[in-house]
Formats: sequence, C-alpha cells, structure tokens
Amino acid sequence: MSTHPDTDGGHTRDEGVAVVIDSVTKHFGDVEALRGFNADIHYGRLTGLVGPDGAGKTTLMRIMTGLLVPNGGSVTLAGFDVVEDNDAIHIASGYMPQRFGLYEDLSVMENMRLYARLRGMDADQHSDIFKSLLEFTRLGPFTKRLAGKLSGGMKQKLGLACALMAKPRVLLLDEPSVGVDPVSRQDLWRMVQALTDDGMAVVWSTAYLDEAERCESVLLLNEGKLEFDGPPQELTDRIKQRSFRLTGVSDERRDLLSRALDLGSVGDGVIQGDAVRVVLRDGAGREEIDALADEVGAQLEPVQPRFEDAFIDLLGGGPGGTSALAERIDSVKLDSEIAVSCKELTKRFGDFTATDSVSFEVGRGEIFGLLGPNGAGKSTTFKMLCGLLKPTDGEAHVVGHDLRRATGAAKSQLGYMAQKFSLYGLLTVRQNLEFSAGVYGLEGGTKRQRIEEMIETFDLKQYLSTSPDSLPLGYKQRLALACSLMHRPPVLFLDEPTSGVDPITRREFWTHINGLARKGVTVMVTTHFMDEAEYCDRVAMMYRAKLIALDTPDALKRDSRSDKHPDPTMEDAFIHLIESAELDDAASADAQAAA
Amino acid sequence: MNDEIIEVHAGATPVGEVNQEQANHKFDGRRLFALVRKESLQAIRDPSTILIAFVLPVVLLFLFAYAVSLDVREVRIGVVLESDGAAAQSLAAAFAGTRYLKVTPARDRREVADQVVSGKLRGFVVIPQDFERRLASQLPQPLVQVITDGSQPNTANFVANYAQGVVQTWGAGRSAGMPAAAIQLEPRYWFNAELESRRALVPGAIAIVMTIIGTMLTALVVAREWERGTMEAVLSTPASVVEILIGKLLPYFGLGMIATLGSAALAVFVFDVPLRGSLLALLTLSAVFLIPALGQGLLISALTKNQFLASQIALFSGFLPSFLLSGFLFEIDAMPVPIQTITYLIPARYFVSSLQTVFLAGDVWSVFLPNLAAMAAIGLFFFAIAKRKTRKNLES
Repeated sequence: MSTHPDTDGGHTRDEGVAVVIDSVTKHFGDVEALRGFNADIHYGRLTGLVGPDGAGKTTLMRIMTGLLVPNGGSVTLAGFDVVEDNDAIHIASGYMPQRFGLYEDLSVMENMRLYARLRGMDADQHSDIFKSLLEFTRLGPFTKRLAGKLSGGMKQKLGLACALMAKPRVLLLDEPSVGVDPVSRQDLWRMVQALTDDGMAVVWSTAYLDEAERCESVLLLNEGKLEFDGPPQELTDRIKQRSFRLTGVSDERRDLLSRALDLGSVGDGVIQGDAVRVVLRDGAGREEIDALADEVGAQLEPVQPRFEDAFIDLLGGGPGGTSALAERIDSVKLDSEIAVSCKELTKRFGDFTATDSVSFEVGRGEIFGLLGPNGAGKSTTFKMLCGLLKPTDGEAHVVGHDLRRATGAAKSQLGYMAQKFSLYGLLTVRQNLEFSAGVYGLEGGTKRQRIEEMIETFDLKQYLSTSPDSLPLGYKQRLALACSLMHRPPVLFLDEPTSGVDPITRREFWTHINGLARKGVTVMVTTHFMDEAEYCDRVAMMYRAKLIALDTPDALKRDSRSDKHPDPTMEDAFIHLIESAELDDAASADAQAAA
Repeated sequence: MNDEIIEVHAGATPVGEVNQEQANHKFDGRRLFALVRKESLQAIRDPSTILIAFVLPVVLLFLFAYAVSLDVREVRIGVVLESDGAAAQSLAAAFAGTRYLKVTPARDRREVADQVVSGKLRGFVVIPQDFERRLASQLPQPLVQVITDGSQPNTANFVANYAQGVVQTWGAGRSAGMPAAAIQLEPRYWFNAELESRRALVPGAIAIVMTIIGTMLTALVVAREWERGTMEAVLSTPASVVEILIGKLLPYFGLGMIATLGSAALAVFVFDVPLRGSLLALLTLSAVFLIPALGQGLLISALTKNQFLASQIALFSGFLPSFLLSGFLFEIDAMPVPIQTITYLIPARYFVSSLQTVFLAGDVWSVFLPNLAAMAAIGLFFFAIAKRKTRKNLES
C-alpha cells in the first residue's frame, strides 16, 4: 500500500458512503421481496449481504446495479440514483451475477475482451490492465481455454476479472461462493480483501451464514426485512455469555441434544462432532443446562459464539428437540450390523472416471456424510449406492442385497430424498403421499394408515389439498421426508437435503434425522454445508473421484490442527485435506518423472 | 498481494472521464462491434447453430425436392376387361400404354375390388360386357365405369379425370379417319412447363429455411442468454438495449443470407430449378424477409426468456404458419375465406410467392414491390413491440 497514495479520487479507506438504501420496497405480484429498510454501504469495506434463500438478497443486488426498479424508496450508488442515472450506475458499478455471467463458448481472453469493450476500454490500449488482472486472478496460463471448460473456482475468478474491468467503485458479487470449492473460496476472499484495501466498496451476498463472520460489515436479511446492520462481531457478542459446549458424551450426544433442546432455557443447539453446542435464551439462567450436564456426566464449557447461532437467536430460537416422526417409528432391526457397504466401487463415463475404487462400510444407525467439492464424485457414488447408476466395477451392498444383482430388493430397503425435494407440483400434498405409498407397494389398510400417520406427524393436514409448490419451505421438506419414509426403510439416502433452506428449517430437519438415527435408521447424506458434517458420525471426503479421508469429524479436525488454525473448523479441515492430497499428487508425479 | 492490485489501478482510466463520456452515447460502434464479434464466435462454435443453419436446410431441401411430390405418376389401377371385343381390347391397351398409370389387368371386378380395399390399387376401370354395343349406340351413355379410392381425394380425382382423358384420346384416335372435332385443345403450362411440383416446392422451401434461421434460432439464442445469466451481466454494463439487440441480429442476418445463397445454389445446381430472375432480386427479397423473421424471433425471446418455451412458440407461430399458410404447400386460393384473411399476416406468404416468381418467372417488380412493402411493414411492427418489451433491466 505504501507505493499507492490513498488520494486517488477520494478512494481512501473507509471514507464516505458508497451506497445509500432508503426505505426501499419491492414486490413481485403478491410476494414482497423487500419490505422497506434503510442501510448504508461504505467504501473500503467488505459488506456481507447475508440471509437464507428467498430473503431478498438478489433483489437488492439487482436494484443496486440498476437492473430492477424499486417500488418504493430509493437507492443511490456512488452518488447516482439507480433509476434516474441508470447509465452512470452501469459505469460506477461492477456486477457479477449468480453463475458469473460468462459466455461458455468464448475463451477466457475473449470473455475479458468483450466485457472490456462493453465498458468502453480498448483491449489493445490497456494491455497492462489485462496483464495485471490475469496475474491477480492467476488465470494467465488459461487465456485460450473456453470458459465452459473452467472449474467452478476459475469461472468465479474470470467472472470477477470481467466485473473489475474499468475499475468500478462499487463491486457487487451475487452469491460468488456457490458451486465453488473451499480452496477457491479462500482465493476469492484474498482477492476481495485486496480490493477493499484499495478503497473499493465490495458487496458479497451469501446464504452461508458462516461467511458473514469474514465480512467487516453485515446486512442480515430475512424475508425481505433487515434484521441486523453492523459488524458481525456486534451480533455474535449478543450471545457471547450464552454459548456453551457439552463435551464427554460422544455416544449419547444425540439424546443429549434432544433433551437440551426440550429445555425452556435453551433456544438453540446443534451437534458439533463429539460435542453438543447450545445457546441459552436471552435472560435465561444456566441452572437447567447445568443440571442436565451433571445428570449425564457431561462437561459444560463456554465457547466462542457463531454468527449462525446469533441469527437463530435473533429470530427467536430454533425448534424443539423431539422428533414426532422418530417417536412413531419402531426400532430398526437388521441381521447384520453393516447397513451399507461398497468395495472398490468405480464408475467411468467414457475416459472420465467419476468414482475411483471407493470402499467403506456404514454401520446400522450411523449417520454417514459424503463431502467434497462439486465434481468430486460424491453424487455419482451416492447414485450407485441407491441403485440409480450401475457401477463399472466393484461391489455395493445395501442391507445385504447386492446392488448389481438385486437392485429391486435393495431399493425396497432404502428411502431416497433427491435434491430440491423433487415433489410433484401438479399433484396435491395428499396425492404426493399416496403416490409415494403406491410406488413402494403399500396397499389397502396399511397404505391408508401410513398416510394418516405421516399427515399427523408432520402436521400436514391444513395443506392436504394444496400443491407442494405453494408450501412454505419447511413444510416442503417435511413432505419430501414423509414421502421417502413411507415404506419405513432401514436406510435413508439424503442428497443435499438442506441446500437452499433457512437455518431454522435445517435445525428442524436435523432433529428428525437425529431421532431416526437413534431408532437405528442408517442415514447417508451428502452436503456442502461444512458445519453440517458435524452432525455425522463419520465423514467420507471425496476429491477428484477418490476417497481422500474417512473419519469422525473431530478426528478430521484434529488432524488439520496447525499453528495457523489451532481450533480448525470443518472447512479448515477440508482445505487441509485437499491441499495435502494435491501435494501427494504432485509428489507422486515428481517421483514418476524422476523414474 | 497489494502490489498486484496497484498495478490494476495504475493502468485503469479514471472513472468519470472517458467512461462517463461514453455512457452519454446511446450508441457506440465499438461496443456494438464487440457484441457482434461475441455473437459470431458463439454461433460458429455452437454445434446446434451449425446444425440448424446449414444441415437442416439441406435436409429440408432434399426432402421437398425428392420425397415430397405433388405430382402423380405411375398410379396403380386395375383394368377389368369384361368384353372380348377388339375395341375393348384396344382401349385396355391404351390404358396400359400411358406413363401415368400402372395397370393390373383383370377379368372380373371382384379380383381388383379387394386390392382397392387393401390399398394396393388406387381404383379400377371397368370395360363392360356390352362395351361394343354402347360404342355403336348413338345415345350418349357412359362407355366405362371408373371406381376410385376416395380416401385419397387428390389421387382419386386424378384417376377419374385421367381415365376419362384416356377414353377420349382413344376415341379421338379411333375416329382419326373421320372428320375430327373442329377445335382441339392443347394445354400449355407457363413457368413450369412439365408441371413438376419440385420446381415450385424448392423455392418455397427456402422460405421455410429462412423462417427457421430467422425466427427459431434468434428466439433460441436470446432466450439462452437469459437462461445462462449472461444477459444479466451484459445489461449491467454500459451497453444499451439497441446495441444489444442489433448485436444479436446482425450475425443471424448474415447467417440467414449465407443460408439463402447456399439453398439457392442447391436449388439451381442440384435440383435443376431454374433461376429466371436476378440474384440481386433474390437477395433483396431474402434480406427484407429477414426483417419480420428476426423481429418475430426477438419478440418471442423478449416475451419468454426460456429456451424450451421459445422454441415451442417459434414452432407454432413461425414455422407452422409459414409451412401451412404461406401458399408453399397448399394454395391460398383454395382455402376458406377466413383462413385466407389470416394468411395476409404471415410474412412467409409474401416471400413464397416472390420466391416462386423470381425462380420460375423472372424479375417481376410489380409483384415484388407490394410483397417487399408488406414484409417490411410486418417486420417493423414486430421490432417496435420487441423494443418496447425489452428494457434495460430485469423487470418483466
């Protein structure tokens, strides 16, 4: 920074307001996307626009970049009104939409040239800018590659380079970290940090609440309302004295969580590896939780508050700890203790190996997580295990049934909940239930009884004749779970069950899953929420089609402990694993070259 | 780390000078050029564009040139010869001798009736037992009986008329010695002397090809930008709506013209369709037809923003009308009046008739000019609505 005087056109750090949001409202038909609030966004700062899906983040982004017109109120960016001075907005702001807005048929350089010219820059006159942007994004070696052939992380960097053309004063990034692995995400944080240090205002929208903690300032949105505006620290400080961890109960942790959540003084709680993490309600005393800890022989220790917990606290706490669903289900009894197993499981699509000799065994009643960046092969592995894809090589068994020979028998033993819930929008809720009971071969009295049970358990009565599309997200998830459990399968497969779901709905979901696991149901789950891996008994990490680690969440975190990260998170562990896998690859490549 | 970013800034133009000045230009040639270049690169690299713009036209032209034929040739009919007289024999021989009919001889009508039912024959002619007596009789009475398969009306008509023709020709030949009828009619067909339907179909097919490229492809590529989120990124730059739209259209205009030239070359050199008018006239007509075709595509994509819907709407509002209502396959004069009125709204109607004229008749500007005017008017109408519907934001 020393070589760069801070006087460049008033871009000094933390000086002045970049964006003024003044009681802005926006509705689409009957849906109110923004309900009118005021906020300022400052130069030289990274401002997080944080909230669950459907909170209004993208709408606000699009209003700030002049692509949507607010119904009421006003937004001023770099001194220009987004409606009146629309043209000026397009110059003062750089915008990276979701999915990065790249032309996949064009090469890296062609994309950059296009956006440079559209922003009034001549590529030939400004070759120095191109050079430094390529250096900055480390895309230099890939200028001739088509954008469609880049990895998620590289696409994101190219999108950023395109948005940075002609030096915008305000950079707006809409969900830049979706579909990007944690390593590339690190890179992006680093780049954005450099930009804000130089005086640019950067707005980063995200549904991952843990990302909020990295922002200097946060606008927390929920259902179109601004719930919080300020440094994230300020929000987490509110629950500072109320966050605790219960340790030393590893086998009983699910039971403990369930009991803790049922206490009146506990507002929220999650499983974190071998421990249980709880947040007490505002003003509640420690007595109840102390008594519970004593009773089960757990140690209670205060912990650093987290942003997501603070958000839940802000919304009045999460759901209770008892799963009405699990209460009704009989304990699962299996002949063997192994519910799912695979050996040397391999899937090739032509030359491409999506899953490369993966082996593991999952015990009865275990919650088993499959983690990995996009394209690592976790979905392919998952699909082979539930009989949706035929393995090229290797074996897989579900409850003793060979998936290559007895696919039908194996499928009758498993429940499957696909991504985005995959419910039938043209059928009513009741018809969806009836359909799934039908496809699993339930008939007559059993069928009617099961359906009635599910309706009662999940409180679906009021919605029976509506379409699943119009259900609130939480109910949609309940319905999808009900459909996949209709035939009481001993093994449940969940593919990205909580993506796009707000944190409270996620808590409720995990309450059910914990309850099911306690009844002996084996749960296989893929997720890209790193903290969700903490709910799992064991986690399998996949990277480039291979299984690179398989252990309990705590052990994985412990292995990645370093001076830099004395108390690593799941994400740190993940990055550590991928980096060492890459080092191994490089080392073996070197060894081969030497030989 | 920071050094890198300093470099970024060192070369950048200060905000508010050059850029501000450019923003005030609603239309900037360099931005347009960048967009045209982008679109052209995409069109060249996307295999589906090549498929729609070059492979599909060739397939269509071959289909219309060879597979679809409105001509009737070698229709299979039966000739039931119930009489053994010399005259009857000679009439049967006359039937067998024509190149338009393929005759299955029979003695009993039951033999051939079954074959008509099963579709093997299109009809049959009965030369009755008392044929000689009827022939000799002065009373006007039918000489033969013609039975046709009414499930295929066109062919049935043809068989009936042609059978009559054969009988008359035969009769005329028999009485050659006697004074013939005072006036003999010798029909001549202008522009397409052999009445080969291919000659009318191939020029018409060019209109279909152009509709596909202009309307379908344009609707698809604009909708694709919405779907992939690139439109959002481009709209957030200083590029104006007019630049974005023209940048989209110019490459497909070029593609359409190339496809026209290719199709015309195929028509002339491979399918032996004469080009009696000038190339200039052909290109002018095609260029003007592309105005409504592209305008319609643009309008569709502005309304749907979804590739699947866009292709369906393009199919129903672009392709099918120009197929069915343009006079390409079905003559407009033969349509009910309300449908005829609708055809005036179909730009392909004007293009098909112009194409048939330019290929088969020549440069008849008195036909072209009104057609050109009509196409341009419909095109401008589409563009006006498309421009209105496309805003420089995401509001629908």
